[in-house]
Amino acid sequence: MKTIPISAMIGLFFTALYFLMAIFAPLIAPYGMAEIVGDVWEPSSAEFLLGTDNIGRDLLSRMIYGGRTTIFIATAATILSFVTGSILGFLAAVLGGWMDQVLSRFVDLIMSIPTLIFALVVLSVMPVTIPTLILVMGLLDSTRVYRLARAVAVDINVMDYVEAAKLRGEGRGWIIFREILPNALSPLVAEMGLRFIFAVLFVSTLSFLGLGVQPPQADWGGIVKENKDGIVYGIPAALIPAFAIATLAISVNLVADWVLNRTTSLKGGRG
Amino acid sequence: MHPVLKLVAQRLALGLLLLLAASALIFAGTMILPGDVAQSILGQSATPEALANLRAELGLNDPPVQRYFDWLLGAVQGDLGTALTNGRDIAESLSQRLSNTLFLAFWAAVISVPLAIFLGLIAVRYKDRWPDKLISAVTLASISIPEFLIGYLLMFFIAVQLGWAPSVAMIGEHMNLGQKLQSIALPVIVLTLVVLAHMMRMTRAAILNVMQSAYIETAELKGLSSFHVIYRHAFPNAIAPIVNVVMLNLAYLVVGVVVVEVVFVYPGMGQYLVDHVSKRDVPVVQACGLIFAAVYIGLNMIADIVSILANPRLRHPK
Repeated sequence: MKTIPISAMIGLFFTALYFLMAIFAPLIAPYGMAEIVGDVWEPSSAEFLLGTDNIGRDLLSRMIYGGRTTIFIATAATILSFVTGSILGFLAAVLGGWMDQVLSRFVDLIMSIPTLIFALVVLSVMPVTIPTLILVMGLLDSTRVYRLARAVAVDINVMDYVEAAKLRGEGRGWIIFREILPNALSPLVAEMGLRFIFAVLFVSTLSFLGLGVQPPQADWGGIVKENKDGIVYGIPAALIPAFAIATLAISVNLVADWVLNRTTSLKGGRG
Repeated sequence: MHPVLKLVAQRLALGLLLLLAASALIFAGTMILPGDVAQSILGQSATPEALANLRAELGLNDPPVQRYFDWLLGAVQGDLGTALTNGRDIAESLSQRLSNTLFLAFWAAVISVPLAIFLGLIAVRYKDRWPDKLISAVTLASISIPEFLIGYLLMFFIAVQLGWAPSVAMIGEHMNLGQKLQSIALPVIVLTLVVLAHMMRMTRAAILNVMQSAYIETAELKGLSSFHVIYRHAFPNAIAPIVNVVMLNLAYLVVGVVVVEVVFVYPGMGQYLVDHVSKRDVPVVQACGLIFAAVYIGLNMIADIVSILANPRLRHPK
């Protein structure tokens, strides 16, 4: 662990910072989330570090609470997509046959429609609440995890130790959770970072389009939407959450790159 | 039949089948959900009469399979139904917007494709030296930034601070090509930046892959200059993967357009789709979803067909 490259250190630092801010949001936010404390679009001052937003709420507090919502939704969606995607992927690889065919062709079909478009189609009839968002994003994204998990598991499934476990008479549950899962973990973890970024960008995009987190609840995409009219008057309030999204995504990317490099070198360069 | 023709025909058939299945999925996505569509459009406070009217208007009393085939047959004949919110014919309101969107995507493609291939070649030529490192750093940054951030950054600095381009991309019948191009300058730049990174990275990977072949080593040993090696020997063999990359990114462009259109208030398909999703206008959403999916599947299909045609091994059957 001594040889963490500098880029990964920076990434880890900022990722941890954002997560801590999300967890302790009520403690560190100077004002309430929807509390109107000043004038419209005040510039930054000692009182309001980042200024105020389009109806006079403290932007820093909204950013902190918004980060909490964004990171929570993205994390939950990532976990959901990993649990569904990897279990189905492993099952498809272990069972093979028609089960594999049906699942894989269905995933192909879902991936043939752009994710954003499919999400918009589904959200046009679903009530837009946080659980719905998590469900829609998690399930749509699980198709990508499924592909990776299946590909990795197919490789592992023919290894000698899996054969040995089968001959020992272990059940499918044992094969999946005790043989395949530990060996498939490192590529999956590296992928997890990328999926998390994708989820952050996706939920921000949906909120920006007005179809994600609904006001007065704050989230980064929503803050951009609320303050976008200020841009034309030269007020940069909308750029702050966008900047936060970008730095979070870049830091997670740096960490994911590092994990990916480590795992590929462990496997002798196999991607 | 010639094997290439056979493969192409197979791909075409597969594409059509996929489109059919995608249309069923889009239809099912708006129908087989918990609750009643009419209820979710009108809200909890709707009167029973209003609900019954809307159900009849949407044809919700028919069985779902019949509704799907009615919708599909209509769509094939160019009849996409009428919008719930304003009662207009969807196909009519869509056609102008579709051509606006294609206009935007076309110019973004015209700029980004040659640029991405050129920069990809540069990155390969100067592999592991500063141009390559710079290009990969910029790539990482632009993958991590949401489209709307790039849009607003450019709008803030170029349109508002410097005043070089209009911040809102209005476009109309009366404008000539020059005026139109000036008004879409910013959205085109944003879309170019969004797809450039992916395209460049994948071009670089595709050429590097070819560069490891034995014939490249031979060419190097003959003493050819490195640009000559890339241009004469690596590039022709990398055409199929590069065309694939370009098509995948054009497909991505079609989706990226949705967000960029909303940022710049551009009167295209994306804006239309987003507006009607929030109004819960199901027929419009289905129609737009179908068109976006069709373009996406179509571009992916073209990518496959081009790589079949570009593969010389398939041209001479044994």
